[in-house]
Amino acid sequence: MTVQQRRPEGAQPFHLVVVSGGTSDPSSTRMLADRIADRVRTLAEERDEKVATDVIDLRELATEIGTALVSQLMGPKMTRAIELLGRADAVVASAPVYKAAPSGLFSSFFHVLDNDLLIAKPVVLAATAGTSRHALVVDHEMRSLFAYLRTMTVPTSVFAATEDWNSKELGERISRAAIEVLLLMESGFAEKIRTESWKSYQHEYGSAGGTELDIDLSSDLMRLATGGSAKPSGKPRP
Amino acid sequence: MQFGIFSVSDITRDPVSGETPSEAERIDGILKIAVKAEEVGLDVFAIGEHHNPPFFSSSPTTLLSHIAALTERLIVTTATTLITTNDPVRIAEEYAMLQHLSKGRMDLMLGRGNTAPVYPWFGQDIRQGLPLALEHYNLLHRLWREDVVDWEGEFRTPLQGFTSTPRPLDDVPPFVWHGSIRTPEIAEQAAFYGNGYFANHIFWPTSHSKRLVDFYRQRFEHYGHGTRKQAIVGLGGHAYIAKRSQDAVSEFRPYFNEAPVYGHGPSLEEFTQGTPLSVGSPQEVIDKTLTFHDAFGDYQRQMFLIDHAGMPLKMVLNQLDLLGEEVVPVLRKELAARRDPESADAPTHASLVKAKYGDGPARQPRPNANRGDNVTGASPYQDSDAAAEYPEI
Repeated sequence: MTVQQRRPEGAQPFHLVVVSGGTSDPSSTRMLADRIADRVRTLAEERDEKVATDVIDLRELATEIGTALVSQLMGPKMTRAIELLGRADAVVASAPVYKAAPSGLFSSFFHVLDNDLLIAKPVVLAATAGTSRHALVVDHEMRSLFAYLRTMTVPTSVFAATEDWNSKELGERISRAAIEVLLLMESGFAEKIRTESWKSYQHEYGSAGGTELDIDLSSDLMRLATGGSAKPSGKPRP
Repeated sequence: MQFGIFSVSDITRDPVSGETPSEAERIDGILKIAVKAEEVGLDVFAIGEHHNPPFFSSSPTTLLSHIAALTERLIVTTATTLITTNDPVRIAEEYAMLQHLSKGRMDLMLGRGNTAPVYPWFGQDIRQGLPLALEHYNLLHRLWREDVVDWEGEFRTPLQGFTSTPRPLDDVPPFVWHGSIRTPEIAEQAAFYGNGYFANHIFWPTSHSKRLVDFYRQRFEHYGHGTRKQAIVGLGGHAYIAKRSQDAVSEFRPYFNEAPVYGHGPSLEEFTQGTPLSVGSPQEVIDKTLTFHDAFGDYQRQMFLIDHAGMPLKMVLNQLDLLGEEVVPVLRKELAARRDPESADAPTHASLVKAKYGDGPARQPRPNANRGDNVTGASPYQDSDAAAEYPEI
């Protein structure tokens, strides 16, 4: 196999952000996320690439997530998390399963993010549970949330029930998900979407974590704002 | 620089006493608050508009004209007038009447309203809220500037040969502020017409409000109304003052904790840190308010929210004493010292009359006699520029 070098010498390392919904310390949800992130890093090194990882432990953000849900206030930790995710090249999102669903803390964190913060970013979805009966939570519950956020979820879901921790197959699934997300980062897909097609998604002023500040002065509404008619101009949207 | 207070007109249970005021008590209370605002030297009183409980202010012009009659200097205004669910023709008529009755001591702020069920009660749809607001203002703008209006739009029945009466006082339209927290189109409309732009500046950090204020300033200049510094900016703010900082926090906390808008959410400390809210001694409130000037530069109007969340009347009146006697005089002095001579003064009726007529006499429209065709007349006033044309009877 030829090793493909994606970036020139001295290029910025890939920025991988781990979001863990684990609540204990140590947490199996966090451990699963770390194993995936480690594997991505190892695979990248084999290909002469570097990965820098930041971790968002949602447990530390619990009260700020609650505040954000019921008010419009983003606390300093939420602000930092949003800033990290906004410039992430890829995300590992790992949730504990509660009552046949990703934990409320995990889901709520993603509920309060701007809809366009994660567009086209590669995401590895992972979950832990006490029983393998929860195995489809990743595909049935988490994948739809991340589809709504228009992320690029990798094909392999990583699920670990108690009995999986010592299995060789879990390690293989982790490796598969890791190479998938690495290849997506290498492709530069998310960045190309941002430079070539970003405007074709729905945005609000100040969305994407406060970075979406472009104002289209030629829109129908802007025409109306400046004394024009509310009738659509028929101008094709970009 | 004008200082004032704005009320959303909520009738909320006092979480300390457990009492909920009656509508009658709260309406009486707001009159005392407005009169007191003038007594302590504030310039502006604003009331919101709502059409559902627990709010009382469904008819702002009725309330404001009464307040104008009870006061001598106070400017009465709104925060906000619903430009979406109100017919702009009725806004033109009612606020022109208020302008006459208050002898020009009024202006108004336009907002969209974010309570979805209210829209259908008035035959509208919140999904069309923004185009409604924009189109309605376009019409309102003309109704106050043209004696006879022909108009057709998407949202309102067309008008042919319509005259909004009474014509504005001295034929100078009331000054309009466009209120918005995150809608560039509203800032653009304010800039296009050379009107004021108001940032509510309560729930979000100053940096958030600054983006659109900067955009508005830039567009104000683009449309040739003056330089960026001459654009007309108003800011909200939210304060609770006590002589001693720790008393302010302990007195205000129960009201904050159960406030309808953010109660049971962030802590008082988090909210004070993350938003323009200041809770503390007069000096602390002064210091925080001066940071607004650091961020926005010279601006024309600062409004404070001081009467919400079930705070009893006595407490609000005490807030007004502290605001008027210990906070605002210092702010006036500090901001005057910082002021760039290029910046605009806050617009008043007198300044608008002066801008339109110089030292000359203001137009005083006198209607032509009723000939039986006065609803279709092309030129209903004696001094109208075009000669009146009447159909053969």
